[in-house]
Amino acid sequence: MTMLTKVKSSREAADAVYDYALPAGEGWMYELEPGQVLRLVDTEGNQAADTLFYDADNPEDHFSAIHTISAQKNVYLTTGSKLISESGKELLEIVADTVGRHDTLGGACSAQSNTVRYAHDRLPMHNCRDNFMLQLAKHGESFTKRDIAPNINFFMNVLVTPEGGLSFEDGISGPGHYVEMKAKCRTKVLISNCPQLNNPCSGFNPTSIRLLVWDQ
Amino acid sequence: MENLWNLTLGSGAKWSGIISKGKLIRIRALEDGANLSGLLFNAGNLTESYNMPDTLKAQHTSRLTRGNVLMSDNGRAMASIVEDDLDWHDPIGGYTTRQLTDEKYGKTTFQENQNEWFRSGEENLAMELMRNGLQFRDMVPVFNLFSKIKVDEFGDMHFIEGHCKQGDTVTLRTEMDVVLLLSNTPNPHDPRKDYPSVPVEIEVLPAESVKEDDYCVNYRPENKRAFENTWDYYKLVTQ
Repeated sequence: MTMLTKVKSSREAADAVYDYALPAGEGWMYELEPGQVLRLVDTEGNQAADTLFYDADNPEDHFSAIHTISAQKNVYLTTGSKLISESGKELLEIVADTVGRHDTLGGACSAQSNTVRYAHDRLPMHNCRDNFMLQLAKHGESFTKRDIAPNINFFMNVLVTPEGGLSFEDGISGPGHYVEMKAKCRTKVLISNCPQLNNPCSGFNPTSIRLLVWDQ
Repeated sequence: MENLWNLTLGSGAKWSGIISKGKLIRIRALEDGANLSGLLFNAGNLTESYNMPDTLKAQHTSRLTRGNVLMSDNGRAMASIVEDDLDWHDPIGGYTTRQLTDEKYGKTTFQENQNEWFRSGEENLAMELMRNGLQFRDMVPVFNLFSKIKVDEFGDMHFIEGHCKQGDTVTLRTEMDVVLLLSNTPNPHDPRKDYPSVPVEIEVLPAESVKEDDYCVNYRPENKRAFENTWDYYKLVTQ
């Protein structure tokens, strides 16, 4: 099994300019200035933070999971990973990570994909893409559903196998584990704190995540 | 079966168009080492598109082959892979950008090189998105027919050379009226330095109606539910 590289941060919560506990199943949108640092804390462990980014100076340019993994020739994210937009712009860089691996291929749950993955009767259940759409709708500008590109699942352990398989494994995150990233430009962050009740990875118990921002 | 339409897509070429449901799209590599990048949109509702994570997650796969269904972000089967000589097509390698094309193969321009200039997947697909009423913001991960990328236990991506041979064929069946966008440009992970893009031939034929025992429908229970969602959708939008 792979050795996971874990890098701790020297930043103190007391120095943060923003500190918020995002409840399970809720959405969040925030704009980072260049140089600001965002930390996501997996408060109780094995929660999924479904996250997208946009270039705030050109919101039509969304995060690209595939450009990001292609640039580093590796499908997982950890400290040192540069998060790249569809146009090739570097939006952020992961600067600390106590988990060691985050998912780029699993995407966000939706009402419709839940009917495919689990059963038709799951259609009414709350889901991440509904959160994304509500946040984008509230945010105005010219966002539409078409701006919801494949996202990062921080804290999720989605394994790709050499035989071409893909499986959701139990989390390698845990209570208090975190990932921290520095904005390289004005960046909009869109998070759905996953309300997934169908996935055993969360123990069928979605929990809050803590969001902290530092000016540097 | 009657061939309704055909087209040869040369090195670097692009194409897009509407193909209605119930058709076979048979694509053949005319030389070794083809790579054809594709995207699908619902022709009746352009906000619905092929979704890589939903497709992979529902089928527990990171490769595409016979039996797999290309699923939309609305939980529907858009197209199925009904025949495949290759056993592996790449859904995670992405498309070439202008910058990568210039850096890897040498800078070319139309003025300097005319029809020998090297086209990028980024520009080809951007133009075809615009042609169909879409924008670059609609760009999402493409599927790359004929290419194979293995991911090792560390997560590192490895392009497998020599995977596609001349004559290898893959056939998609449309389950929806789709807008199909194609760019015959290199896989960004292909290490060859000589602009690896070779001609492919595309034939469109009528498909037999989907039967209860259909291989793709029954490949996984998830696939069946995606088909049921598509059939349900058409109860409302067709007579």
